[in-house]
Amino acid sequence: MPVNTSEDDPERARRFREAALPHLDDVYTLARYLLRDASDAEDAVQECYLRALKHFHTYRGPAMKPWLFAILRNVCRAEYARRASAPKTVLDDTPEAAEQTPMWHEEQQTPEAEMIRERDASAIRRMVDALAEPFKETFVLREINNLSYREIADAVGAPVGTVMSRLARARAMLRSAWLAEQEQAR
Amino acid sequence: MTCDDAEILLHALIDGELDASHAREVEAHIETCPRCAAELAAFRQMRETMTKADLRYTAPASLRQRIDAALPKPAAPSNVTPLASRRSVLRGFAMGSAVSALAATLLVAVVVRHDDQQMIESEIVSAHLRSLQPNHLIDVVSTDQHTVKPWFNGKLDVSPPVIDLTAQGFTLIGGRLDYVDARAIGAVVYKRRAHVINLFVAQTSNATHRPAKIETIQGFNIRRWSDRGLNYWAVSDIGSDELNEFGDKFEAAVQNNKEG
Repeated sequence: MPVNTSEDDPERARRFREAALPHLDDVYTLARYLLRDASDAEDAVQECYLRALKHFHTYRGPAMKPWLFAILRNVCRAEYARRASAPKTVLDDTPEAAEQTPMWHEEQQTPEAEMIRERDASAIRRMVDALAEPFKETFVLREINNLSYREIADAVGAPVGTVMSRLARARAMLRSAWLAEQEQAR
Repeated sequence: MTCDDAEILLHALIDGELDASHAREVEAHIETCPRCAAELAAFRQMRETMTKADLRYTAPASLRQRIDAALPKPAAPSNVTPLASRRSVLRGFAMGSAVSALAATLLVAVVVRHDDQQMIESEIVSAHLRSLQPNHLIDVVSTDQHTVKPWFNGKLDVSPPVIDLTAQGFTLIGGRLDYVDARAIGAVVYKRRAHVINLFVAQTSNATHRPAKIETIQGFNIRRWSDRGLNYWAVSDIGSDELNEFGDKFEAAVQNNKEG
């Protein structure tokens, strides 16, 4: 059977819509966390969907979400590069260096005993936004986009072991930030 | 297990990503280590606090319209089933996968859930093929379920149900220890006329019942289901209707045993 790679193929368009459009909120959510800007996120998501349609004939499954996220990451990379060349935005774009930083421990303060208090969504989003890459990305994919470790590994192109250590570190950093905010509010 | 290992693995435990035997290892460490126990409790509490807040964003309607307008118009609606995520189907089929590139040493032995059910099933078929070679089929030869079942004791982290279905047309002929995805797995062997049925049994951390599904790989039928914390794969070259009959009778017999 000949494969129709025309983007105008109505059957393919229908399949793409059915497969990809239900994940629009998920893709938009990831874009908001990665880009921290509503209108940049909208542009990135639109670009992601157009690229996804273009490459849909290469999609082999099994899960659509990680595939869309992998495309979105590439779109966001281009946006990071654009921002980095723009004069005023400074971006922490050194994930390799960040990966070397030691896990955050506060044993002297025995944080285990301290409970984190409930916060509203906007306060938690701010704290998540402040996490360094690539920890934020892994954290959002797991906690907010609800991907399995294997799916995260597929989306970010890293081994599952790396996903696990990033996630552990992301949660430790978030908890420290959370406790530090509580301390200040006291 | 050391605290360094537990520090990372407790997150996999929270996320339900460990298979049952590794989950038990982490839990065993936590029972003896107050510091790791406190960490686990703290991260669980953080997770609960976070789930109370809705951290997702909703795509604006204007974005949805923009994308809708940018995509080519679909064909007239048809009755083809939408491409559903396989994830919900696969969740709970816990099988081994060696994790690499981890800083902590012990973690190479860690097993996380595999979403790639396909790979496991093709290994199951390979195991079935291996078993058909001379002298590979059976480790313990017996048509008596009370001989086969105790034989598995101490060899596996599960106790596979061994049920004689001779009266129902499927003769129990023995049991075997096999390896799938680098892990020991129990195989209970039945015969239907001249055909061999291998019933593979592995543990899963998910106790919910999953109804049977039949697939065909390399010409073999696989009937897969989950019940009471165990995953089952019945493999044979008999027809799918007969394999379904086998599975139905086996499941009914397990049900009777539990109730009886």
